[in-house]
Amino acid sequence: MSDFPHTPPKQSWTFSNDVNAEIRRAAATGIYDIRGGGSKRRLPHFDDLLFLGASISRYPLEGYREKCATDVWLGTRFAKKPIHLDIPVTIAGMSFGALSGPAKEALGRGATAAGTSTTTGDGGMTEEERGHSKTLVYQYLPSRYGMNPDDLRRCDAIEVVVGQGAKPGGGGMLLGQKISDRVANMRNLPKGIDQRSACRHPDWTGPDDLEIKILELREITDWEKPIYVKVGGARPYYDTALAVKAGADVVVLDGMQGGTAATQDVFIENVGMPILACIPQAVKALQDLGMHRKVQLIVSGGIRSGADVAKAMALGADAVAIGTAALIALGDNDPALEEEYRKLGTTAGAYDDWHEGKDPAGITTQDPALFSRFDPVLGGRRLKNYLKVMTLEAQTIARACGKNHLHNLEPEDLCALTIEGAAMAGVPLAGTNWIPGRNGF
Amino acid sequence: MQTFDLAAKGLRELNSSLHALKGTTNMTEWEVINPKGAHAIAAGVDAPVDITVRGSTGYYCAGMNKQATIRIKGSAGPGVAENMMSGTVIIDGDASQYAGATGRGGLLVIKGNASSRCGISMKGIDIVVHGSIGHMSCFMAQSGNMVVLGDAGDALGDSLYEARLFVRGSVKSLGADCIEKEMRPEHLALLADLLKRGEADHKAKPEEFKRYGSARKLYNFNIDNAEAY
Repeated sequence: MSDFPHTPPKQSWTFSNDVNAEIRRAAATGIYDIRGGGSKRRLPHFDDLLFLGASISRYPLEGYREKCATDVWLGTRFAKKPIHLDIPVTIAGMSFGALSGPAKEALGRGATAAGTSTTTGDGGMTEEERGHSKTLVYQYLPSRYGMNPDDLRRCDAIEVVVGQGAKPGGGGMLLGQKISDRVANMRNLPKGIDQRSACRHPDWTGPDDLEIKILELREITDWEKPIYVKVGGARPYYDTALAVKAGADVVVLDGMQGGTAATQDVFIENVGMPILACIPQAVKALQDLGMHRKVQLIVSGGIRSGADVAKAMALGADAVAIGTAALIALGDNDPALEEEYRKLGTTAGAYDDWHEGKDPAGITTQDPALFSRFDPVLGGRRLKNYLKVMTLEAQTIARACGKNHLHNLEPEDLCALTIEGAAMAGVPLAGTNWIPGRNGF
Repeated sequence: MQTFDLAAKGLRELNSSLHALKGTTNMTEWEVINPKGAHAIAAGVDAPVDITVRGSTGYYCAGMNKQATIRIKGSAGPGVAENMMSGTVIIDGDASQYAGATGRGGLLVIKGNASSRCGISMKGIDIVVHGSIGHMSCFMAQSGNMVVLGDAGDALGDSLYEARLFVRGSVKSLGADCIEKEMRPEHLALLADLLKRGEADHKAKPEEFKRYGSARKLYNFNIDNAEAY
């Protein structure tokens, strides 16, 4: 008997340790898991693409000698005062409430020093970010927390938020523990209660109404401000086309890797599409309407490096936005804080309970003892450095492809490492001329 | 009196002219003729002027109004006085859906009926409706006062926060976490003032109303209330 080998213990793929842990957690607490951030799945992404670089038929530009421009104009369709940015990497909308005041200040400082824009979030505009942001985009959200005509007029662009990549079709909830006196006052609600953000706008539904809403915003601001429309990665072809039809100057498209301050894990991981699958559809919608480069496209969701920037732009985006990466640059999830992350039952790199307001880095909190640890000047400098590095990286790749402007990157510069990546991006599988779904099968 | 022919001069010129007015203007009386249901009439005004629109308006008339008194001598389309900050908007006829949505201050008076979602997500505005209001009115209403001389439709005050609702007629149904509350003397005094300012004190008395407000059971998430979410 003992001579026969035992069958080794075998874990179930379907009921993995992670799955079982979540079942036990749900059974013990009676509540779904809420967390911040974006999808943690392994998704088809920019890592599935490569640049081909120059060859005999394509000649490169000399690094450090031949110019590769990086600037971008946003809002040239209708706005009297379109935005001109030095670099095509913008800071995505993140609310005061979800983030501390010093963190918002740091985003403004870093973005301004790098020559780009930052964006408000649910909860309105703070003096920290207006004062430190040369170019500030003011989000127009379903909750309308903090919305007023004075801030509409002192922003540089307006972003009508229809959805976001982490939760297309979902609203939000800022839990009571982050509702300080200041946050409560800005949102016209009592301190300490959970503040729900509606999933759709209170005074318009559908594209025809959106067109009239945009007209109203333009009238209130005397047609000066570029108007962006932000959508989550759900139906990018139709959402882009409808946003254009409604009169948007800029379409902002956020894939499922895009972060949120807090929502259900089941929502983050199971609703929406990765940004790689979204960009080509949005670009096709713009091209079909003859509006590519006339209505600008900003994409976000998992942008981490200059390579990601270059790939997004090669697929047809005019600019990108970063959120999670910006927070990491500020100091979020830094291993130097590992001891404190351990006390919270997590580890550096995995900390995502931003809604609890206990962030040891002082970024996703309203606790004065925690946010006073965060130095907005240093944070701003770190963000500026990171944005500069991303830009240099993207320029390096563009020059290697023979491009004197990042906007000249094109799908022809790319190939894919995986069949999924090739199909989603619409570029050939490496070493072949096969684009799944396009030529034959 | 400045008379502005909207059909002849267009919306942009109207709003541009109104936005140019400052607190010291002597052009305090305006009349807009031929509105013909145009959208965004007098949106974004920020001056203590009196504007009379002679006819019915489209979407978002008086949107984000500050300081101005805007009178609509007809009916108003969706989102009238949305996100109003201050001032007064008075509609002689009916108002379509989302009237006074997210309003933060000022007074909205609707002398006819209001459609669905009247006062949705209101944040400090006072609304007086001489007629009835439609379903889902005051959804997620945060603060301010709603007075309805007629009836209220389904799901009044669903997911209500701190807004106070006063209804004289019937309420078809209350939304989640909205309950009838005791009418105390301070509420009667408040109501008397609102009826007077809303030009309705000759139509109704405070004692004829019932007060509704939040039960505050949904203020912090609790799985035992899951059926209400």
